[in-house]
Amino acid sequence: MHKLWASTYKEFLLITRDVGGLAVLFLMPVLLVVVITTIQDNSFKSIQETKLPILVVDNDKGSVSKDILNNLAESNLFRVDTDTSETRARNQVSLGKYQLAIVIPENLSVDLDLKINENVDAILAKFSDNEENIPNGKSNLEPKEVKLYFDPATQQSFKSSVRNNIDKMISKIETETIYKTFQEQLTDDPLEEIFETESFISFTEIVPTKGDKILIPNSTQHNIPAWTLFAIFFIILPLAINMVNEKNQGTFVRLRTNPVSYATVLGGKTLVFLAISLLQFAVMVMVGIFLFPLIGLPKLDISGRLPLLFLVAFFAGLAAVGLGLLLGTVAKTQEQSAPFGATFVVILAAIGGVWVPVFAMPKFMQVLSHLSPMNWGLNAFYDVFLRNAGFTDLLPEIGKLFAFFLFTTLIAISYNKRKNAV
Amino acid sequence: MIQINRLSKKYKGVDTYAINHLDLTIDEGEIFGMLGPNGAGKTTLISILSSLLKPTSGSFSIDGLDYKNNKNALKQRIGIVPQEYALYPSLTAYENLRYFGSMYGLRGKRLKDEINTHLKTLGLSQFAHKKIKAFSGGMKRRVNLISSILHRPKVLFLDEPTVGVDVQSKNVIIEHLKQLNASGTTIIYTSHHLNEAENFCTRVAIIDHGQLICVGKPAALIAGQDNAQHLEEVFLAKTGKALRDHA
Repeated sequence: MHKLWASTYKEFLLITRDVGGLAVLFLMPVLLVVVITTIQDNSFKSIQETKLPILVVDNDKGSVSKDILNNLAESNLFRVDTDTSETRARNQVSLGKYQLAIVIPENLSVDLDLKINENVDAILAKFSDNEENIPNGKSNLEPKEVKLYFDPATQQSFKSSVRNNIDKMISKIETETIYKTFQEQLTDDPLEEIFETESFISFTEIVPTKGDKILIPNSTQHNIPAWTLFAIFFIILPLAINMVNEKNQGTFVRLRTNPVSYATVLGGKTLVFLAISLLQFAVMVMVGIFLFPLIGLPKLDISGRLPLLFLVAFFAGLAAVGLGLLLGTVAKTQEQSAPFGATFVVILAAIGGVWVPVFAMPKFMQVLSHLSPMNWGLNAFYDVFLRNAGFTDLLPEIGKLFAFFLFTTLIAISYNKRKNAV
Repeated sequence: MIQINRLSKKYKGVDTYAINHLDLTIDEGEIFGMLGPNGAGKTTLISILSSLLKPTSGSFSIDGLDYKNNKNALKQRIGIVPQEYALYPSLTAYENLRYFGSMYGLRGKRLKDEINTHLKTLGLSQFAHKKIKAFSGGMKRRVNLISSILHRPKVLFLDEPTVGVDVQSKNVIIEHLKQLNASGTTIIYTSHHLNEAENFCTRVAIIDHGQLICVGKPAALIAGQDNAQHLEEVFLAKTGKALRDHA
């Protein structure tokens, strides 16, 4: 026990004397979380507040195009400019001056009315006893096409979202026109309401609650756990470098001649680096609670969840330390440990869902993501932060993190034993 | 004190033996010098005796303890002063010594007293709380030595302990080693400084190609070699004048 304590104290001294290393361990994650949350939060706000400039070429000049323009204006998402030339509009978009141009075809309103009248007449004639009422043949109206020109730099997810909104808007206009035509055909009294044109089916998002309190996820609740985890796993770098330094300085050789087990040496490192990962978490939580509101970002809500959050941070820290111990044991030089460690953490973060949600990944990557300890940690954090989970709900994830620590540490010990067997 | 029987070491991928079926006995209280040209097998032998390398064949015992079954007990009885400085540069001399002393199970007043005594004897008291990275080569060598003797080992292995240090530091180190030996520590030492070995050692062995060439008291070895006045002449006569560069 005394040797473990001495090892721990030595590691504490070594890490506290490395001011640059400490700065990286604490400032890097704070900067990351502030920058990324600010960008995410502000991109959402800027779309709402500054409005996206779009260009509409109205070749219809009818009721449908008027409805489209009104709906676009009412959506509050767009600043609508108009132009009369499709070619000019296309050029403006390809130059990046507008993110989107909508070209409404000629005679859209007239032809839509004609088409719907024709269909409604045909339907009503089927219900009529008089066969003479059945219209003769169908008109040869061409289907109409509303063209969308996107800036080539526009991201796919944004394009899909805008396309869906416009599609929904046009479908609504089409449905309303059908209702209106039926109404006109069935009654002469324009005030008589035969159909309710309001949507029968609507969507309501049910958010998780804790007691009477509604838990509304925001960019802070998503980003703090994700980037804290990223930072926690980044300690494999200084830890592995610390171990490689010991090999280069000759102190590792001296320790091998001392009556102390490798497990004790690793134990000292584990305790100190685990404490660092918990401190990193505490700093990130404080940033979310105190700094974020000051810079206009949503405040981190941890009410009643702090013990469980620290429990997850503890096991995530253990998993990260285990990986660092293994890397430090196997690596012979800093040229091996530093680039490999950094790249490996980025890969673990990527497949773990820190940047892109796991459900949005290809099938193969989704399977891989289950192997990333960062994915286990992230799920456990989200369980606490966003899904209102209790201790027992966390057991599978923290169990996997603990097993990962044991697995990597045991490999490190047995590798060292095999390599330095006497 | 040390009994070596038919000890051999062959490194992976190398055809020749680094240590070739070596037999040697070192008695308690000796200052035993292992001399030999570069690549002769001195460091390999010390590494095996200090549990850093596994022998290919043969056996040895220290203080009656066989190395195979008593690794931890052996480590507690020996001290190793490696050729390179094995210290943490960002820790002070005192912090380094407290840590390595703790690894031998020393603690509290005993640890503190040992550190202070050795620092004083080796002239480092006023630098105890300075970081190692600020030390000169000679000062580092002295701290390196103290790190290995805090637990008062029965056997002390030194691999070229005076290489690259000034005459004053060398003198202090040698005097301290003599004191240690006088208090009961058996010293096994390798060096290329043959004059130093001649004066310091009670017995020396010349090793070459992993084999024992000769062993005896320095004076006896000199007397046994025609036209030899010093150990260096014996050494050259036994090992030849050809360069021993290796990579």
